[in-house]
Amino acid sequence: MTVKHSLKTALSGLRAHKSRSLLTILGIVIGITSIILIMSIGQGAQDLILGEIQGLGSKTIAVIPGREPRGPSDIAQTLTTSLKERDLELLLRKENAPTIKEVIPVVFTGGTAAYGEETFAVTILGVSEKAEEIFNLSIENGSFFTEDEVKSKSDSVVIGYKVANELFGPSDPLGEKIKIKGRNFRVVGVIPQKGQVSFFNFDEIALMPYSTAQQNLLGIKYFNRFIVEADSDETVNRTVEDIKTTLRASHEITDTAKDDFFVQTSSDLASTFKSVTDVLTLLLTSIAAISLVVGGIGIMNIMLVAVTERTREIGLRKALGARGRDILQQFLLEAVILTAIGGLMGIFFGALLSFGAGIAIKQFAGLNWHFTFPFFGAFIGLTVSAAIGLIFGLYPARQASQKSPIEALRYE
Amino acid sequence: MPIIEAKNLEKIYEGEVGAASTQALKGATLNIGKGEFVAIMGPSGSGKSTLLHILGFLDKQSGGTYKFNGKAIEELNDEGLAKVRNSEMGFVFQAFNLLPKAAVLENIKLPLMYSDTDENTWNALAEEAIEAVGLSHRIHHLASQLSGGEKQRAAIARALVMKPKVIFADEPTGNLDSKSGQAVMKIIQDLNENHGHTIVLITHETYTAEHAQRIIKLKDGSIESDEKVGHRHKADEYIK
Repeated sequence: MTVKHSLKTALSGLRAHKSRSLLTILGIVIGITSIILIMSIGQGAQDLILGEIQGLGSKTIAVIPGREPRGPSDIAQTLTTSLKERDLELLLRKENAPTIKEVIPVVFTGGTAAYGEETFAVTILGVSEKAEEIFNLSIENGSFFTEDEVKSKSDSVVIGYKVANELFGPSDPLGEKIKIKGRNFRVVGVIPQKGQVSFFNFDEIALMPYSTAQQNLLGIKYFNRFIVEADSDETVNRTVEDIKTTLRASHEITDTAKDDFFVQTSSDLASTFKSVTDVLTLLLTSIAAISLVVGGIGIMNIMLVAVTERTREIGLRKALGARGRDILQQFLLEAVILTAIGGLMGIFFGALLSFGAGIAIKQFAGLNWHFTFPFFGAFIGLTVSAAIGLIFGLYPARQASQKSPIEALRYE
Repeated sequence: MPIIEAKNLEKIYEGEVGAASTQALKGATLNIGKGEFVAIMGPSGSGKSTLLHILGFLDKQSGGTYKFNGKAIEELNDEGLAKVRNSEMGFVFQAFNLLPKAAVLENIKLPLMYSDTDENTWNALAEEAIEAVGLSHRIHHLASQLSGGEKQRAAIARALVMKPKVIFADEPTGNLDSKSGQAVMKIIQDLNENHGHTIVLITHETYTAEHAQRIIKLKDGSIESDEKVGHRHKADEYIK
């Protein structure tokens, strides 16, 4: 029998038991649905985070104090005080790092901003006046603080859109005094609605001169970070090397294994996040894959029942000239078609659900979420489900092919 | 040379562990020539179904020799057996054994699908077979929509479609009323007389058996008698 007619035969066999066929593949449908859902959401989350990292610009380099974390227990290593004012000065010298366009020192902490009775939890960021340009803040209401204000450690603050709304409502916050960590600050600018950029939600932020934050708010003399901008994409790697050389010289480090800082480019960060989300997606996918195995066993079970039920048909086909392998082919094809249909349905439902989830995330979490159809996941899903049909259909199909034709004649 | 040559056929069914085995055939010898119409008769348990299975290459004898058209079952593998069953034998069963959810045409084409016949000729061959059993008006009906007599005629068409040398019919009228049974017997007689098919008919009814040229009577696994029918019934006569 040709494959074409085996296919026809298998299809008519399935059509004859529509509702049972549908129930049989439910496990596969659920399994593939969850795989597609997980892969699509994983992809969406990855795109979101990568988008934020890219939002910083590919020329942006972060210098972070402490040893580069290699695992969760190393996180504490980053809470060190190794980045000092002197390092900032050295980095800004052209002879040390000619390709550096700008360096912004950053200190950060959390706290509450208060105006009258209103309070709001904010992220407090101490930066230099250059931050406006690098973070692309384009302030319309008021202005960013100036270099002089940084030097004089002025109590000026630029607040985010949401902070202004929560504290002042419809009235203009410019020139008003707000209390941050018990100290009075004068609002000099309001950042237009911006949302998440890199790791800060600029709508919930309070920006002040780093000098003010260091001395008046935190009482520290170190920085939590340097944000460096290289003058072009091509010079990023060179800039990284220059930063390392300069800081090692400054910190008198000869053994690179003993670095008390590490440098991260946007692409480093992107690849780190990518590998984290990849691992997470893989983990969740393999859990979902268990349901595929369960689904496969379900298929085997039902196929075995079907083979017993259709003993007469098998015997008849053999009496009419079907060979063992014709019968094997027929039942195997039935199983594969069944699981492939299950796979297709799973892909459809998975895409539908993740599309819906994308809309919900956009709506309720306010994230800039993009639905992505996981083509690779769909391909894998279809292949895997067909393979499950092949694997779990083989045993029942073999049972069928080995049946003796006289069983049909014995039927009463 | 006879098309069916069986010598001292024996068949023993091994029982379950501890149970006794049963001997269904105890040395049956028979020859059937090309173009003959032979009825095999006997009460239930006489071994006539077992004999038919062996003659139809559906089962293997435990002892003795059997050759169909010069070929023995021992010489053939699964593929070879399937080919002989497909192209040289036709089967008609008491329970019809049609695929209920397939159309009559599809049922009749079934043996063609397992053959090397050119696909372009399938419809013509199937229609020819359907016409021979007078079921052309039912060609696109589902098998489950047919009456008993029509089902058996469809089954005969299926047995015919490959133009086999021998048609084995196992109690073909057993599930039918006498009128439908007559119609079926008429077709079978016609196939034998006008189309040269060799017919091996199994029945326990003397009246049905007397449509054949020769009756072989089985009893307890042995051949009791093998005689020509003196006064053959013609299926178009109204009797009963």
